[in-house]
Parts: sequence; C-alpha cells; structure tokens
Amino acid sequence: MLSLRNIYKTFAPGTPSEKRVFDNLSFEVADGDFITIIGSNGAGKSTLFNLIAGSFLTDKGTIILDGKNITMTPEHERARVIGRLFQDPLKGTAPGMTIEENLALAAGKGGWLSSIDRKEKREFRERLALLNMGLEDRMHHPVGLLSGGQRQALTLMMATFNTPKLLLLDEHTAALDPATSEKVMEITNKMVKENHITCMMITHNMESALCSGNRTIMMNDGNIVVDVSGEDRQKLTVSDLLDMFSEASGNRLDNDRILLGQ
Amino acid sequence: MSLSLLETALELGLISSITVLALFLSYSMLNVCDLSTDGCFTLGASVGAIVALAGHPYLSIVAAMCAGILSGFVTGFLQTKMGVDSLLAGIVVNTGLYSVNIAIMGGASLLNMNKTDTVFTRLDNALSDGPMEEYSKLIVILIAVVFVCIFQHFFLRTRIGLAIRATGNNPDMVRSSSINPVMTTIVGLCVANAFTGLSGCLMAQYQKSANIDIGTGMVTVALASLLIGNVFFLHKSIPVRIAGTLLGSFIFRLVYTVALRFKMPAYMLKLISSVIVILAISGPYLKSQMPLVIRAMKVRKEGRDNA
Repeated sequence: MLSLRNIYKTFAPGTPSEKRVFDNLSFEVADGDFITIIGSNGAGKSTLFNLIAGSFLTDKGTIILDGKNITMTPEHERARVIGRLFQDPLKGTAPGMTIEENLALAAGKGGWLSSIDRKEKREFRERLALLNMGLEDRMHHPVGLLSGGQRQALTLMMATFNTPKLLLLDEHTAALDPATSEKVMEITNKMVKENHITCMMITHNMESALCSGNRTIMMNDGNIVVDVSGEDRQKLTVSDLLDMFSEASGNRLDNDRILLGQ
Repeated sequence: MSLSLLETALELGLISSITVLALFLSYSMLNVCDLSTDGCFTLGASVGAIVALAGHPYLSIVAAMCAGILSGFVTGFLQTKMGVDSLLAGIVVNTGLYSVNIAIMGGASLLNMNKTDTVFTRLDNALSDGPMEEYSKLIVILIAVVFVCIFQHFFLRTRIGLAIRATGNNPDMVRSSSINPVMTTIVGLCVANAFTGLSGCLMAQYQKSANIDIGTGMVTVALASLLIGNVFFLHKSIPVRIAGTLLGSFIFRLVYTVALRFKMPAYMLKLISSVIVILAISGPYLKSQMPLVIRAMKVRKEGRDNA
C-alpha cells in the first residue's frame, strides 16, 4: 500500500543547526492497516507525515503509494489521495466560509466553473448528520463560529469525503477537551472502519495507541524501535510498551506529554 | 449642490467602483494587496484609447480587459513561481507598466479622444432626442458595474471561486488540500486585473482622454472605498459585501464631492484617501491596543504613588 524506501532527510544541511532526522529509514504499510505511532520528542513523527504528504521532499529515497511513485509529486496532487488532519483544529477549515462551502471544496466534484447543486447539498446534510453534532442544520454558518471539536470533526469529514487511500492523523484530538476528544476519536474509528481506509495516527495517548488500530510503532531519533501487531499487540499493556521502548532505544521515553498523561 | 455635479460624482464614483470591486476580489478574497493596480488602470486606459482611436469602441473594452488579464498574470506568476514577494511583484509590474503604457500610446503621455467614437458617444447617438439622452453616460457605466457585480457574485460561488476564497482565508488549509494555491492566486489576479483594466478604459473614454497619470494613486483611492464598505458589511454574505463595496465607493465619492464644495482643492483627493486607508486599518489595531496602554499607564502611576 504505502512503502518508504531508504529515506534520508536532513534539515539545514551544512549549517550549525543541521538536524539529521532520517538516515536510511524504510517502512511498509499494508492495505487496510490502522497504525498508531508514539515516540519521544523530536523523534521525527511529524516529519514522517510531512514527507508522506509532500509538505517537503525527501533528500534521497523513494515513496510509493498504491503502486505509484509519488516521491516528487507536489503536495496538492498527493492531497487527492491522502487525507490529513493536524493537532490544531483551525488548520483544516476556512473560518470565513460556510460549512457548506467548506464541504464543497472537499467534495471537489464537477468542473472549476460549476457550483454546488441541490443534490450535493442534500448529500452534505446527510453526511453531516452522521456526526451527530447538529451541524447539518447550520450549513450556512461560517465555520469560524464552530467549537474546536466541531471544526475537527468537520475536518475529518472533509478529509474522508472522497475516501482517501491514506489518512494521516497528527495528534488530531490532542487540542480538544477529554469528552470531545473521545467523541472525535469515536468518529475517527467509525469512519476508518466503515470506509476501509488505511490510516496512520500519531498520538500521545498510550491507551488509545493500543486500543485503536491493528499495529503500533514507536519512534526514537528517526528510527522505528518498536513495531507490534497482531496477537502480540493484543496482550500488551501500557507499561509493557514503555518497557519495550526503553529496551529497544536504550533510554527512557522522554515525551513529556505521554508521561504526564500516565 | 447642483444636480449635474452630483451626477458627475456618481458617474466617476461608479467607474472607479469597478476597480474597488477588483480589489474586493484580490485584497478581500485572495488576501493579496495588488500594488500593480495603478499601472493596470492606466494600461486599460491606454489600450482602450488606442483601440477606440482605431475606430473600434466596443472592441476597446475587450482589449482593455485582456490587457488587464495579462498584467494580472505577470504579477501572479512573479509571486507564485518566481519567488518574488507579493508586494514587490506588484510594485515591479507597476513600474514596468509605466514604460509599457507610454509605448502603447505611441510614445506620448497623453491621448486626446475629443472626436473619437467611444462606447459613451455610441449610446449617446443611439438615444439621441429620446427622453433618456442625458443619462446615456450613466447607463453605460451602470451596465458595466452591474455586469461586474453579477459576475463576481456567480464567480465566487463556483468551485474555483471557493478555492480562491479559501486561499485567502486559510493558507494552512489550502496547503494541505488538493487546491493548488499557485493556480488560485494567478486566476484571482487575472480576473481582478481584467476589471481594473475595464475601469481604466471606461475612465479614459468618459474623460475623452487617456494620460499616463490617470491611474496614479488608484490603489489607495480604491482601498479607501473598499475599507469604508467593510466597516458596515465585513462579516456578511458575499452578495451583501459586494453591495457594501459599491456603497463604500459611493460614500467615498460623496464625501470627496462635498469637501470640494467647501473649497477643498482637488489635489487633496489622494491625501484624503491615504488618511482613510490609515484610519481604517490602524483604527481596529489601536482599539485593541488601548486597554494595554491604559493598563501600562495605571501600573506606572501606581509605581509612582508607592514610591
């Protein structure tokens, strides 16, 4: 499904602030995988997503998505098949535009000169009703009036409107309050399962790293140090996972937010 | 104030309101301050004048708009594909257009169209001896303004229009979506500058002359009108904001005309528009800073009292 082969990435090469993030990283994602990713601060989790989504290009190495080499494909073209959510709920929607207009952009149906027709409007309402947030009755409200949780749920709906081949979730519930966070996570699980979307999710919540998805990886210093799936994973507890991490990386997990969460 | 003076104010206001509508698209929607507006306005005027002088008054409108599209394309291309900062791209194009405009006018800085057939004289002839004759100019201008308003209303509802709005509204979102910001920026600037060109063309034909200074300061004048309109209609729907933009340019013209009646010299127009732009932009900023200033003063006073 997704395959990263021998990826190298260094920021600011040749300067005093040079930072080598990936040094020959290879990684495979199978079709239908739901991978949860945890890691220490600066392990390269977000950089990994940026490389996959095309926010910046690799220095060396190849990225193949669904049999197509996308190593040099620009970000907006990859975005047609890769959905992405950020921690900041303000990043995924246009606040000055209505819910309906935002959805129309995500749906992207018809030619550039076509506008939203009645059939589409109905479809938008039906889809929004699935969120159970009452958004379907606020189609003409500007998105800027919604709460963070509502905006993130809407972003999720937009990212999956045309079922993507790959969904990248970068701590997308971290900025929400616990109840909302749980609700958004519930919607996420439901959407991923129903549409059979291959998904990668960065999280700092060890619990949800283990109970969501079918595979968990832990990253440290640009390397994947733990990679568990299947039966091994089902038996794991949070403390097992922490032990595995310190054993594999030679030091303790230093992600303050993970540790504070324990 | 005499009626004819009001009518002239209205006509001039409506012609420049087309430029204001162009800035509504580039400045309010796309969030790009297009500083090539002055040059593009003059470009529309000179291209329109040359084509009209060659005996094609209707074609002159089309030619002026096409010239505007071309100028908008260059500005957009420079800032998206050539790494030129968006403000600088506008300034550079504006400067370059000065020479281009004189070249188009055949090396002259002034073209006289006193006896030239223009869209205004055409309609005037068509309506001659009829009851509407004295309004012929107003009718031409109104047709253009209504056309631009309707176009913008529908354009901003299309997929590309929505994408342009999103580009200006949340660049973060656009960057990670399937919208290509290069394309939306260029298309937006092309459309906006087509209207700026149209506006310049009508202005030249209305005044029966095109000169190299016709567009000088236009961007500030238009911004002033736009920001006046924003005062009332910033968070409303698009059609209301388009109407607000028109109202803004009308209010601006009205204030200016009244000020002229009170013996303000005509050359003050640009200073006034600069002050309006400063007030409209700094006003909200200063308002948000006021509580901090007051608090700082209080703290300082307490410090003195306690000492």
